[in-house]
Formats: sequence, C-alpha cells, structure tokens
Amino acid sequence: MKTVEAPGWAALGDPTRRAIFERLADRPRPVAELALELPVSRPAVSQHLKVLKNAQLVVDQRVGTQRIYRVDPRGLDALRVDVERFWKKALTAYKSAVEHGTEDL
Amino acid sequence: MTEAETTETTVWSSIVVEAPIDRAFSVFTQGIGSWFPAEYNLLGVDIAERVFEPRVGGHVYDRGVDGSECHWARVLVYEPPTRVVFSWDLSPQFQVEADPEKTSEIEAQFIAETPQRTRVDLEHRHLDRHGEGWEQSRSILDGDGGWAGCLRSFAKRLAA
Repeated sequence: MKTVEAPGWAALGDPTRRAIFERLADRPRPVAELALELPVSRPAVSQHLKVLKNAQLVVDQRVGTQRIYRVDPRGLDALRVDVERFWKKALTAYKSAVEHGTEDL
Repeated sequence: MTEAETTETTVWSSIVVEAPIDRAFSVFTQGIGSWFPAEYNLLGVDIAERVFEPRVGGHVYDRGVDGSECHWARVLVYEPPTRVVFSWDLSPQFQVEADPEKTSEIEAQFIAETPQRTRVDLEHRHLDRHGEGWEQSRSILDGDGGWAGCLRSFAKRLAA
C-alpha cells in the first residue's frame, strides 16, 4: 500500500529545524529572535524557516517591519493523520488478539 | 513545553475489547508479539520472539531466528492492570535511539467498563521529536517500498 507521507516528517529530521519549530510552538517569534537564541546565523534560520514553511509546519505574517513566524496547524494535522492510521491498524489487531487469541499469559 | 504543543504533537486512539481488564493488559504488554505489526522489524531476519519485559526499566525487543536482538522501546511506567507507558526508540538512522530527548512516548490506560469489557485509551505523544526516523519506520509499517532502503542503510551502519 503506497501512502502519501506528510512532508513534515522530513522537515523535522533536522535538529536545528526541530529546535526552531519547538520555539515557535511555545509562541510566535520573529527571525531575529530565533537567530539570537540558536547557534546559527540569521540567513541559516531563514533558510530553515523556508523548509518548515514549505512543509506547512509554520506560517509567517508581516507585522510592521518584522516578519513573525508561528506554527501552522495544517502541517501538524498531516503528521497526526499518519500516526492515527498506524494505531487504528495496530489496535484492530490487538482487539482480535485479545478476543480470539488462545495464548496463556 | 507548552500545553498547546503537547496537544499538537499527540495522537489519541481508543478501542473497546470484550475481555476482562487483566487479559486486556497482559495481551497489550507481554502479548505484544501477537498484535503489534510483524512487518515492523529492524532485524533483517524473521522474528522468533517479541519480548516485553514487565517492569519499569525493562525493554521491548525482538529476537531474530538467528539470535540477534533489537531493543526498540523502554518501559517507563508499569502499573498492571491499569496503565503502561513505553518509549519509542527509533533514530533517523534506523537504529535504536539512545537519546531520550529524541524519542516519543506511548501511554495506554485500561478501564474496566464491565467485568468482561475493557476500554483501552492510548496516547502517543512528543511526535515531533522523531523527524525522519518516524517517517522511515512508518514506511515499513505501511508495507510500501521503504523497507529495502531502510534495511540497506541499517546494514551500512553496521558495516561502518
């Protein structure tokens, strides 16, 4: 069965992007603030934000002269759907094992 | 970590089984080999046995037909017959992840609805800690072409 994989998994595979994402999940932040908090340059932070944005994990909004980034619930929903699908399948098998299994535990 | 993030990176699932709570708990834990998808296997050989060590600090591991072992979860809470929490220890390199900061957690709670019926509430949290590792493992779970590539990278790591 070929399934569509949420692009968010690959985007979060990078530790710096995960650190950025976790900070944005805490509260929205401008690029400059993220660059101050993390041991990477401001252009690097911008590049990571671009990847997170393409994966629909963050969105940005211009406020005055600043661009504020926040977590995008759409990307997170896609991640959750993948995991929900797995557990639905596993728990169905579990129910069958509990109700019809013969093993003595 | 804020409550909002916890919610956003958590999946809930629930199922009702026609069995007493003790059996529901023991099949979920020590009987994990009877239901957890068998295609989820990092060993490269068939699984002879899937073992759940029933204590805090115990491991969940697969033993291959050739005697090799893969430990892929740690038991964090063990309170029979009502609650169990274990980690999901997979790294993006498809090996056991030793850093607990990069593992997600699964909590299962067992509620006796009647003496013969049990509800299992499952919570899988901290999903964002995985990144690519989870993506690869899920490809195997779903049985698509991801398995061969993951196994190759695993073998390469062993050879390195």
